[in-house]
Amino acid sequence: MSSLAATEAAPGRPGLRRRAAAWLHARPRLQLGLLLAGPLGWLGLAYFGSLAILLLSAFWTKDSFTGNVEPFTWSLRAFQQLFAGEVYRTVAVRTIGIAALVTITDALLALPIAYYMARIASPRTRSLLVIAIVMPLWAAYLVKVYAWRTILQGHGLLEFVTAPFGIESTGLTNIANAWLVLSYLWLPYMILPVYAGFERIPASYLEASSDLGAKAGTTFRRVVLPLVFPALVAGSIFTFSLSLGDYITPDLVADAKFIGNVIYDNSALGDPPLAAAYAMLPIAIMTIYLLIARRLGAFASL
Amino acid sequence: MFQRRLGGALAVVALIAAACGGGGPSSAPTGGAGGPGATSGTGASPAASLDMPTAIGDGEGALNLVIWAGYAERGASDPAYDWVTPFETATGCKVTTQDMTDSNNGVSLMQSGNYDGISASGDATTRLIQGGIVAPVNVDLLTNWPNVFPGLKGLPHNTVNGVPYGVPHGRGPNLLGYNKDVVTPAPTTWDPIWEGGSAYKGKISIYDSSIFIADAALHLMAKHPELGIKDPYQLTQAQFDEAIKLLQALNANQPTYWGTATDQQTSYTSGDVVIGTTWQYQVNLLVADKQPIEAVLPDEGSTGWSDTWMIAKAAKHPNCMYKWMDHMMSAEANAEATVWFGEAATSPQACEAAEKLSPGHCTQMHATDEAYFSKVHYWATPQQDCADSDPATTCVTQDDWVNAWTTLRGG
Repeated sequence: MSSLAATEAAPGRPGLRRRAAAWLHARPRLQLGLLLAGPLGWLGLAYFGSLAILLLSAFWTKDSFTGNVEPFTWSLRAFQQLFAGEVYRTVAVRTIGIAALVTITDALLALPIAYYMARIASPRTRSLLVIAIVMPLWAAYLVKVYAWRTILQGHGLLEFVTAPFGIESTGLTNIANAWLVLSYLWLPYMILPVYAGFERIPASYLEASSDLGAKAGTTFRRVVLPLVFPALVAGSIFTFSLSLGDYITPDLVADAKFIGNVIYDNSALGDPPLAAAYAMLPIAIMTIYLLIARRLGAFASL
Repeated sequence: MFQRRLGGALAVVALIAAACGGGGPSSAPTGGAGGPGATSGTGASPAASLDMPTAIGDGEGALNLVIWAGYAERGASDPAYDWVTPFETATGCKVTTQDMTDSNNGVSLMQSGNYDGISASGDATTRLIQGGIVAPVNVDLLTNWPNVFPGLKGLPHNTVNGVPYGVPHGRGPNLLGYNKDVVTPAPTTWDPIWEGGSAYKGKISIYDSSIFIADAALHLMAKHPELGIKDPYQLTQAQFDEAIKLLQALNANQPTYWGTATDQQTSYTSGDVVIGTTWQYQVNLLVADKQPIEAVLPDEGSTGWSDTWMIAKAAKHPNCMYKWMDHMMSAEANAEATVWFGEAATSPQACEAAEKLSPGHCTQMHATDEAYFSKVHYWATPQQDCADSDPATTCVTQDDWVNAWTTLRGG
């Protein structure tokens, strides 16, 4: 009795807090709900909210002369224009094509590097390599792209190297520049998951394979590659989606129009509904891509 | 790994944000009294009914402007050219600016409702007036207005029923710029750009805006009078198609398109381009940088601009904007600004002040030479009714110009 009185007598707060804790303890679901309410609310409002507005604004009308957008007056004009315009298909094919090329290039570059890091390099070399690969991520994106501009433009480093062979710079209007620079930019995002994928393969599998008489090539093809494939797909999510959504690099180094450029141009030049409608395309592509990637087990490798 | 995934998600969000950035609740097209139907000229609307201020109060302490690059200098590039700091000192209005890449971009920025004013060219002014984005200006409140050259008052692109929707900043032509070490003899026509199989393939510098279609139309006007183009901005479908054909031929010569003045400077300096459309502004900066660049107004004439400072209907700092408009017509500020950009000043007083900065400025820029400017077709908005009184013909609209440009650039 006296001990109870002592608790009661203690400043009210701890008692209340303890009672609340006890009450919550009995309700684990509510506990979880309160914990996640903040971040989930943010996700719901900022992320899905903006997506919803995007979806809606694609159906808004726009005055064809003044360019004023009239919210909540509905029209399919933007979609009709998208389907009627050959250019929007060309741009989509170009963007997807370059994104796919970048992904394949990065995969081919990442496989040997990641394999070396995970299986051959000494721990010291390995950590040096990890630092070397992560280091470019410390530099700002724009700094890297502008560095590439100075390399690729006329009187640049590339021309300095190729000029003796009679090859002139093609300047900053060559679509291959976009492929080159995007491959450079996103390479670390491919190497790291693939490296982790190689690390997860137990050495005993490789030993078992060679014990059973498989040559190095066969082991790589039949044992290593299938095991590391989900990691490759995981890496490809980054390289593909980042290339698909990029609009600064193609503009700065190749003067090429990607999906993102057309979206940006239209939002900056006065046709936000068209921009919103076109933005549905990369969203749809990535949704499909992620569904396939999940099937291939990529999410387990992240 | 998860963090990187999050990074990807954030990138997507950023893209989406960029995509709908311009699509936010733009200021409603309220039109206002006498706003819509502006160019149709239905009856005079007395200035009083237009809800204009009758006095300029104290500054609100800030001013947000949409400008052409070089229109608001604070001496960062050359201490002799600073007309923002004196304005801020005198009025207490702290100036912040946003460069527009072209008039379409300028209109879009003004629709966001975040700006007090804009230095609009003629292809933006009409849209801004009709869209109810800008307000008429009570010029009686501006002490420097009486000094402005009469030839710059009451122009159709910024005046409705005699009521000015802004004050002039300066005017000039788009020029043919070239590297005089490479392009010899010096060109006197636009032919090096337009006439097929250009000798400068891959080295041509072109302004990246739908309004550039007018430059093609202007060339057709001179070369193919049988097409009957009278105004390079008001084109029938057949005329427009011819202009697009010309642009496609140009596109095959792999030009470099410039969006900002800085872009073009970089590509001239690196040698990536040797000839193309330009403004006196870039040429001034390139020459100051010891580059062998010159510019010429070709014989056929050119497109050009006559810029107007306009005030947003929803301006948060209207007093500061009125003070700015007056400031930009003052002798010193107008002299500095027009010498810096390389365009014609707007008053005799400004011409006099410009003598100290650049002797003979107003003569070189043909400030009062209306014969010279008759060769310059000021940027204007393409309109379905061809901006004339003839109901029989219809012209290709602004939207179609933008679409055609998207197709040309993206194809």
